[in-house]
Amino acid sequence: MGAVRTPIDRRRLVLLCAAVLACTGVLAQEPPTSAPFISRGRGFDEQGGAALYANVCAACHQPDGRGAVGAAAYPALAGNKNLASADYLTSLLFNGLRGMPPLGRMMSDAQVADVINYVRTHFGTSYDDPISAADVKAARP
Amino acid sequence: MSDAASPPLTRRNLLTLIGASAGGTAMYQAMTSLGFAAESPYRGPIKLEGDPKGASVVILGAGLAGMTAAFELGRAGYKVRILEYNNRAGGRNWSLRGGDAYTELGGATQHCTFDDGLYLNPGPWRIPYHHYALLDYCRRFGVTLEPFIQLNHNAFLHSSKAFGGRPQRIREIKADFEGAIAELLAKATRQGALDDAVSKDDQAILIEALRAHGGLDKDFRYVASDESAEFRGYAKDPGGGLGAAPVNGEPIGMHDILTSRLWQGLQNFLSYDFQTTMFQPVGGMGRIGEAFARQLPNAIRYGAKVTGIRQDERGVTVAFEDLARDGTIEEARADWCVCALPLTILSQLPVEVSAPMKAAIDAVPYSSSVKFGLQFRRRFWEEDEHIFGGISYTDLPIRHISYPSAGYNSGGKGVLLGGYIWNGPNAYEFTAMSPAERIARALDDGAQIHPQYRSEFETGISVAWHRAPFTLGCAGEWTEETRRDHYDNLCQIDGRIVLAGEHASYIPAWQEGAILSALDAIARLHKRVVAA
Repeated sequence: MGAVRTPIDRRRLVLLCAAVLACTGVLAQEPPTSAPFISRGRGFDEQGGAALYANVCAACHQPDGRGAVGAAAYPALAGNKNLASADYLTSLLFNGLRGMPPLGRMMSDAQVADVINYVRTHFGTSYDDPISAADVKAARP
Repeated sequence: MSDAASPPLTRRNLLTLIGASAGGTAMYQAMTSLGFAAESPYRGPIKLEGDPKGASVVILGAGLAGMTAAFELGRAGYKVRILEYNNRAGGRNWSLRGGDAYTELGGATQHCTFDDGLYLNPGPWRIPYHHYALLDYCRRFGVTLEPFIQLNHNAFLHSSKAFGGRPQRIREIKADFEGAIAELLAKATRQGALDDAVSKDDQAILIEALRAHGGLDKDFRYVASDESAEFRGYAKDPGGGLGAAPVNGEPIGMHDILTSRLWQGLQNFLSYDFQTTMFQPVGGMGRIGEAFARQLPNAIRYGAKVTGIRQDERGVTVAFEDLARDGTIEEARADWCVCALPLTILSQLPVEVSAPMKAAIDAVPYSSSVKFGLQFRRRFWEEDEHIFGGISYTDLPIRHISYPSAGYNSGGKGVLLGGYIWNGPNAYEFTAMSPAERIARALDDGAQIHPQYRSEFETGISVAWHRAPFTLGCAGEWTEETRRDHYDNLCQIDGRIVLAGEHASYIPAWQEGAILSALDAIARLHKRVVAA
């Protein structure tokens, strides 16, 4: 899956640099971004939105974000109006809703922010109001 | 249903912890207060007395809850029909056998190529002896059961971080852990450390019990001895003829057992849900769903995808797509509706129920679970390692390897449950993998315990429950808070609709919960019908 190039790539680059800097010294090696990955503990070990998306969200929303339909559906992320609100996504990740489990409870604040910022800047969408780990921390139940 | 090696702190695990640290009495008291300990309320076939006067019921979902409701309501004189999304009955009661194909969400299709008689139970796979309702239906419908081996003392406990990664026999860890505790307690007692708590007379009996129970020698030591060998087995088993004398083995030290954390695995054999005797149907768990369906000839409409549920004062109208006819919309009308759809499905449908029930339907996320079936050309676990049935527990992502509880010592092929992941990050990570990646990973993990995996593997299949098109998840995952806020609202009869399924029970993720939920729902429904 190629990354979607958008005008806000530079901002994403800044975020990525910040994330890398924050991790330097504790993370000997960056896990691969989309190759299958297995966490070691009770929380997700993936670092960065791309790795989190590929190994967690994609289980249901699919690698290309098109969702899936069976007896009911996992919504497509492409063109999904719910992505407009990062706060809504934060609430979803912490509380779950319908078919969505509260996966944010197994992620750090930075991971929740990373994955929300990732889905809001991929799959044909490009919101330019990223959420920070501090925002996430404030929203954590 | 969870018995993972390193579980998150759920209520059930909390109970296990209380049991481990405070003893059985404390655990029973805690369990009673949390609503777990009472035996199944099932007291024999339900009696729905009174004439329903030709009332009709549409039932959504042909899993065990829906089929229980249909069978019993039909017997009581109701006109029943079931709408089922799949082209088979059973729902999560399911076995994958050679010749089956399974397409998961995302579109990947796996073709099961197991040999005849071999299978994977992707969902439920064992039945506790105290699940009376399920056992009664098996008896009434002629489903033959056989023992499911939960505890095999010769299976393994494995930690990738202890004992150099070498798997340890359950028998040795169990005997040595209990023996070491007995030795410590005997020492403390004899040194007077328990004088305030235990009378001198009782101390004498306690020491006698510890010696007998723990395999202590005459000096109250747990060491290589005839006494300990009776529990932990031998370094060299007794034989016949010359040179046949047994050799006692050296116990594993307390420190090594404690720091390995392998004692955690022993909890999987202590808790009420997993105590012997457990059962499985001969030929696969799916035999139960098949037997239920045989009791309901012509009542089940397959390939019917429910798209909406409306109700008025006189009845219920269910809209559904006929999947075989390109999604043609049809409607089913009945006086009442028993809805046994998983909440992951129901929550996404337009459904006319009260706001509190709708809030309850939306509030229960589903656990995530992944299972693997791996066929090997040789039953090496029996031939090489003398493991006949049972489960090995590991801290590797696959968590479990379960050996078939049938076909022992036959010399033929076998299918292992090559992994069972319940919740936690790994369940989602495995779900995100392709079927081929999942199998490759399960083989990598399993080969660390059984190196024969590499040469003996033939074919495998996996089911990741969040990709199951008919459930979108494994089972209802309640918390104390959601139980308090939503459970009663979920179970109420709402106008002409009542819900049933494992999610509407205090035995979530177990088939017994689905059946007891259905029996309770139809009993209340029937009362209302005959009172009208």
